[in-house]
Amino acid sequence: MSISVLLSIIVTSLATYLSRFLGVISSIKIKETSKIFRWFNCLAYATLAALIARTIIFPVGALSDASYLSRLIVVLFSLGIFFITKKNFVYPTIFSAISMSVVNNFF
Amino acid sequence: MIKGELFLKGYKSILKPDSPAIALACCFVAIGALLKNVGFNIQESIFSTMLIYALPGSLVMAESILIGASLLSIFIAVWFVNARLYPMAVSLFPLMMDESQPKWKYYLSCHFIAVSAWLIMKSNYEKVEKKDRVDFWIGIGTATWSVSILATALGFYLADYLNKDMLMGLAILNPIYFTCMMVGAMKTLQITLSVILGAILGPVFYFFSPEWSILLGGLIAGTIAYLIGEKNVN
Repeated sequence: MSISVLLSIIVTSLATYLSRFLGVISSIKIKETSKIFRWFNCLAYATLAALIARTIIFPVGALSDASYLSRLIVVLFSLGIFFITKKNFVYPTIFSAISMSVVNNFF
Repeated sequence: MIKGELFLKGYKSILKPDSPAIALACCFVAIGALLKNVGFNIQESIFSTMLIYALPGSLVMAESILIGASLLSIFIAVWFVNARLYPMAVSLFPLMMDESQPKWKYYLSCHFIAVSAWLIMKSNYEKVEKKDRVDFWIGIGTATWSVSILATALGFYLADYLNKDMLMGLAILNPIYFTCMMVGAMKTLQITLSVILGAILGPVFYFFSPEWSILLGGLIAGTIAYLIGEKNVN
């Protein structure tokens, strides 16, 4: 392993572990019935929703080559399949991967 | 020590028909392919998923290496992008904290906090007694973690065979899966508002500050949802 890559991995893992570890330290004093727990629960869900929405709307990596329209079509149809299949997670997920590969060539 | 029965029960949760294993694996296949294209070898790719185990963090690291960023700027950028793990930990670990369990289990198993394992635990914790939940959690975490590591190796070797359209398909899979899981979790007013407001405010704040958009969007959306939910209950 080259030293610069190895150091980058270690630094990235430390930066990632820091948030996880601080979360556990804070959890020691927090009861699951407390108001602060409910607030953090909302923060967690909202932050995840923000992250997922950003990943779809302002993507980085391979997805950034797909047009806005193709991403929108795939998301809407996948959600439609999610509800039609009585909230099954697998069908819309597989559909999204196949349709994204195909739809982007047309829009 | 860890109770084998509970550990296995957690581990088997990824074998269910609607488990996140497929979505998670596809995502890490894409990461494996990306790391190979950035110039990582197979050991470095596997090592990075083992130690980091957070997709956005790995993406930021790969981009930072490509532009030759310093270690300090990598640390700050990754810390920012993965800061969401803090509220995720605080909203999960109080559910499994128990006096009878040694602290090291919590300090080590917090490494498994990632969207997939977190959502599985959130929807299953009530089926397990509080004192045993950490062992169940370690089972879930080990399962999702090992799937990610195997998929990274697979992605590394498949990199030459994956074209742009295939990578695009793999990249959309994870956000779609998590979108469905989040929509499925919208069972109370607070969580429903948190998800909807977060999905709106996250991208909105991106126009003002891409780096802060997720944290600010999450903080404001979550706080509004909490306040409305509390007022509604009262």
